[in-house]
Amino acid sequence: MPAAQELFDCRKAWATTLESLAEEDTRIVAVVNDSVGSSNLGGFQARFPDRIVNVGIAEQVMVGVGAGLANGGRVPFVSAASCFLTGRALEQIKADVAYSNYNVKLVGQSSGVAYGELGATHHSIEDLTWLRAMPQITTIVPADPWETEEAVRWAAAHDGPVYLRLSRMKVPDLGPDADGARRFTPGRARTMRHGDEATILASGTTVHLALNAADELAAEGIDVRVLSFHTLNPIDVDAVLAAAEETKAIITVEEGLKSGGLGGAVAELVTANTPVPLERIGFDGFQTTGDAETLFAKAGLSADGIKSATHRVLGRKSKDR
Amino acid sequence: MTLTAQKAPTEGVISHIRGRALWMRRTALQMVHRKGLGHIGGDFSATDILATLYFGVLRYDPQRPDWDGRDRFVMSKGHATGALYTALAAAGFFPEDMLQTYMQPESKLNGHPNRNYLPGVEANTGPLGHGFPIAVGIAIAAKLSDASFNTYVLTGDGEQQEGSNWEAAMVAAHHKLDNLTLIIDRNHLQQGTRTSETTALDPLDEKYRAFGWDVVDADGHDPVSLLDALDPSTRDGRPRCVIAHTIKGKGVSFMEDKAKWHHGVPSDDEYAIAMQELA
Repeated sequence: MPAAQELFDCRKAWATTLESLAEEDTRIVAVVNDSVGSSNLGGFQARFPDRIVNVGIAEQVMVGVGAGLANGGRVPFVSAASCFLTGRALEQIKADVAYSNYNVKLVGQSSGVAYGELGATHHSIEDLTWLRAMPQITTIVPADPWETEEAVRWAAAHDGPVYLRLSRMKVPDLGPDADGARRFTPGRARTMRHGDEATILASGTTVHLALNAADELAAEGIDVRVLSFHTLNPIDVDAVLAAAEETKAIITVEEGLKSGGLGGAVAELVTANTPVPLERIGFDGFQTTGDAETLFAKAGLSADGIKSATHRVLGRKSKDR
Repeated sequence: MTLTAQKAPTEGVISHIRGRALWMRRTALQMVHRKGLGHIGGDFSATDILATLYFGVLRYDPQRPDWDGRDRFVMSKGHATGALYTALAAAGFFPEDMLQTYMQPESKLNGHPNRNYLPGVEANTGPLGHGFPIAVGIAIAAKLSDASFNTYVLTGDGEQQEGSNWEAAMVAAHHKLDNLTLIIDRNHLQQGTRTSETTALDPLDEKYRAFGWDVVDADGHDPVSLLDALDPSTRDGRPRCVIAHTIKGKGVSFMEDKAKWHHGVPSDDEYAIAMQELA
């Protein structure tokens, strides 16, 4: 594990990418709920003052206006703290965006437990469970600045609803895929590390933790596969089933509820197709107040926690043999 | 701005609207009677409003339902599909025969509208308080593009109890959306009882004025009054709210102003009497 990895706030990649896309594509507009600062859209507002609609503290109309802008030929990026965007406006997301199939890009900021100290009202750990119930919305959880930029570019070009789940927690640049190239294809997990004894499927802010755990496991002589599982909808069925069939042990890691999110999705697929031992790391319900690092550690969202889960799943795998 | 609404509507236009409205009521009643489901009370309170919009106000081309320059009509009270579908069929968006499939399995005519398979529908409404915010977004899009089309949205009056409408009202006034018209179907009844006995709405006009809207009253069953209220040439830089005074179940004596006809279904005898009255 490198001594001092440079860390990045992915909101910078989101904002600079959106600005450069907006320069080329005049259809792009931003819609916010008094969240210019928290969405890091000050630069966008300065460059395109007429193309940002700030509805105020009003998430229902924010999402409805997004659908209306799409009706009028615009490509709206509706950006707000995930907890309010998905929680307050869930029915608008269902009816106005998913069911109406409007070309709206929902951008959840400060997701997961980024607002750890502010308490469970401001945590957004339920959002992926809710959004997974709407497969019409492509749901992407980028893990680093490069995945963030790729996801924003793809969302702008894609004709259909998208949920981008971003964080303000700083993360390292993950570098290339295991085979040396960088490939971002929505719906296809990235293989960040080869391995055949178990597979860690991680998303967003947890992928770098999974890679650190894999390094430490390698030092113990255990080779695990690591996937950056950036797309929750549509899920990469092939990658999940290949992990089950080829490595016969799976660990899922996510900054969200284990039930219904990535862990839930993988459990559904694996039990129905190739039952293998599975450990899910994530949150179980409302979290206490605490900084994000503390909440991560408590849930086992750490290199140590992932290593322990890997040892547990390997123990079950050997018993099964 | 090109205008379709006419300052002095001709007798021909008025009688055409009235004729289409009668056909819509008879057809909606047939649909609801056949299927044994529907919202006939709200259909009938909104029928003259929709007939006036589609045959006296809106610019559209049923052959090109996605034409960028079309006026938008968002049916926020999405349960009144008996009125909406008959208006869209009468306007030529789909064949009248399709109305026979209302709410049948696999029909494109859901109980609530779906834009993905029914031309002329702008939004998949049903849950209340959704259409108005969407219409605000459409009107903002028109302003951003300097487009000349107008946007109209119809809500129920009970629907105004949904808080999202008031978010939308504030945003529309802030953006000075004089290309947006909100029509409130003010029939004083909601599903269970009178609005005044549930959560009272009045003074609705003063509320919208206080929110920065240009508010006008109209007789929601009189095309002359509605055409006057909906005339975009009389705008003054504010969004307009038309409070359309209506009677739930309008046109059938035993249905008028009765909450039970919110989603009541006529028996065969009631159907026969109603059809005699709608002649």
